[in-house]
Amino acid sequence: MAVETKWAFDRETVKSWSEKRNEPTWLQEKRLEALTNAASLPMPKPDKTKLTRWNFSTFENIDSDQRAIESYSDLPGDVARLAGEESKVNSAIIQRDGKVAHKKVAEELKEKGVIFTDFETAVNEHSDLLEKYFMGEAVRSDENQLTALHTALVNGGIFLYVPKNVEVEVPLQAIFWQDDVKVGLFNHVLIVAEDQSRVTYVENYVSFEKEKAAANIVTEVYVGQGAEVKYGAVDNLESGVTSYIVRRAHVQKDGRIEWALGQMNEGSTISENTTHLLGDGSYGDTKTVTVGRGDQVQNFTSNMVGHGKHSEGYILTHGVMKDEASAIFNGINKIEKGGTKAHSEQTGRVLMLSSKARGDANPILLIDEDDVTAGHAASVGKIDPMQMFYMQSRGLSKLEAERLIIHGFLEPVVGELPVEAVKERLSEVIERKVY
Amino acid sequence: MTASTLTIKDLHVEIEGKEIVKGFNLEISGGEIHAIMGPNGTGKSTLASAIMGHPSYEITKGSVSLDGEDVLEMEVDERARAGMFLAMQYPSEVTGVTTSDFLRTAINAHREEGDEIPLMKFIKKMDKNMETLDMNEQFSTRYLNEGFSGGEKKRNEILQLLMLEPKIAILDEIDSGLDIDALKVVSNGINNMRGESFGCLIITHYQRLLNYITPDHVHVMMQGRIVKSGDASLAQRLEAEGYDWIKEELGIEDERVGQEA
Repeated sequence: MAVETKWAFDRETVKSWSEKRNEPTWLQEKRLEALTNAASLPMPKPDKTKLTRWNFSTFENIDSDQRAIESYSDLPGDVARLAGEESKVNSAIIQRDGKVAHKKVAEELKEKGVIFTDFETAVNEHSDLLEKYFMGEAVRSDENQLTALHTALVNGGIFLYVPKNVEVEVPLQAIFWQDDVKVGLFNHVLIVAEDQSRVTYVENYVSFEKEKAAANIVTEVYVGQGAEVKYGAVDNLESGVTSYIVRRAHVQKDGRIEWALGQMNEGSTISENTTHLLGDGSYGDTKTVTVGRGDQVQNFTSNMVGHGKHSEGYILTHGVMKDEASAIFNGINKIEKGGTKAHSEQTGRVLMLSSKARGDANPILLIDEDDVTAGHAASVGKIDPMQMFYMQSRGLSKLEAERLIIHGFLEPVVGELPVEAVKERLSEVIERKVY
Repeated sequence: MTASTLTIKDLHVEIEGKEIVKGFNLEISGGEIHAIMGPNGTGKSTLASAIMGHPSYEITKGSVSLDGEDVLEMEVDERARAGMFLAMQYPSEVTGVTTSDFLRTAINAHREEGDEIPLMKFIKKMDKNMETLDMNEQFSTRYLNEGFSGGEKKRNEILQLLMLEPKIAILDEIDSGLDIDALKVVSNGINNMRGESFGCLIITHYQRLLNYITPDHVHVMMQGRIVKSGDASLAQRLEAEGYDWIKEELGIEDERVGQEA
């Protein structure tokens, strides 16, 4: 039984693996502690989805013996296309099963003191920074069994550090490619944007094999005072992959984060995106689009939590559901006591393309402060027949009209993605998933 | 291009089991502008939508043909590609789709695959027509009708008319909600289309629009059918005297559908 597999990673295995990677003591200890705790920690409890029958442990290895791919042109076409033409790539890190397959970082970034590197290198070269932030305030290791396992087994990812007052003009790109289904994808993205800095980051998760596999993904973003982070993502893991994805941000005074998440996994997915607006005047905006198809089961939670005064938090979720797919969309706007003059808003819309699909938009406002403004709108429905009549009356066939309406419905995220190749690729994925 | 003819014979239309249009007859040919006038609730807008194939309207009797082809057998998009056009009273909003992308898709839907309109040609045509209609150039990059004012929506309908160049157009209360300047601009756009290859049915409450677009024929609709026809002077008389003299002449007490004595 696969459930037993994860405990095959005992202390000794993890310890020797960590040693082999020359990891600092603090990380090894953190891994071992998490591994010990994992067994007794509860599973995460996403609202309205029971995880009792989900299997996040269908992996046999955490270490891939893949080597780096020598030249860009040797990357598989489907992977290279995500980054675009080599000549146009400014800074990108492509990983296969947690190992760097290709890495290109612009010289000017290094000159500015920006660190953009893979997790393994970061652990060795920037141990102090990692120790400070990795599985820190945003995502605690002992939060649940899966976060603990993540800490224990993390085997890939990115570290992005932008020093104070530094603005990075070009979008930085990461591609995480799960090639070997036997290797669990324990991927960690850590972004630290110091005060008054600015950066745009975009990532793709991709796999091509339909066999059973597991992904346990954590992102932590720490946004300093007055800093601005734009975070784009396209998740497109294949149907056999069971995914647990947590992306969280902590935003200090006057800081901003904008998330644009294209959640296009084909398999069972639990995805949580949380922004803590800690500082006064902080701003968070999270846009999520998804297409559910086949018999996949998904749960998406978007959290916007206002702690500081005058914070602004926005959630937009658009989902298209077809076939027998089902999805829960939890949108939670929370304003803590003391968050006066905060403003929080959410829109959740689900478009049902099949009578057998299920979509549940679940808006929640939790307000512990009187002096705030908040609003929400949620709807679940079919394509508006009047829209269809209107578009067809201009000569568009039923199929073309539907296509335009669906692409338009998902445009809020597609339009936000900062890299043209990623944008095009997401449009293609939408096209493929819908038709 | 040769003139087309839309022929409507003894048309009966129901909504949710209630008959709204009751025996409507009319023939519209290229080169002609017809106006249908009439008070509220006489079936004018139902007629317009039903001819284009509105999903909630059921045609229970009668026929509509375009140059001999049975229109009622066609899907909505086939009617459009055959050369029909309906400028709607309440156009839908479509988020995420720019007016420009929508129009280019619509124009290409009218053309053969492989014969799509070249981008530059499209842009030129779009610019020219937007200038005619005194539209801000930002219009084309805004999402289709989303957040448009009533007047902007009406201009957008006429922009689509000019871009798609249909053979037969039905304009459903294109003048409602327009101020006098906008009315002139919109009329100017429609007048630009006038010619042998363009036939038009204008549905309106008000004679005002017809000051700018002189119709060849004016029809009065009551109780779901045409009760009186004439030339442009009929519209003027209606403006001056209202509808009561027609009701009196025909012995109609209540002109609305379903109020026949």
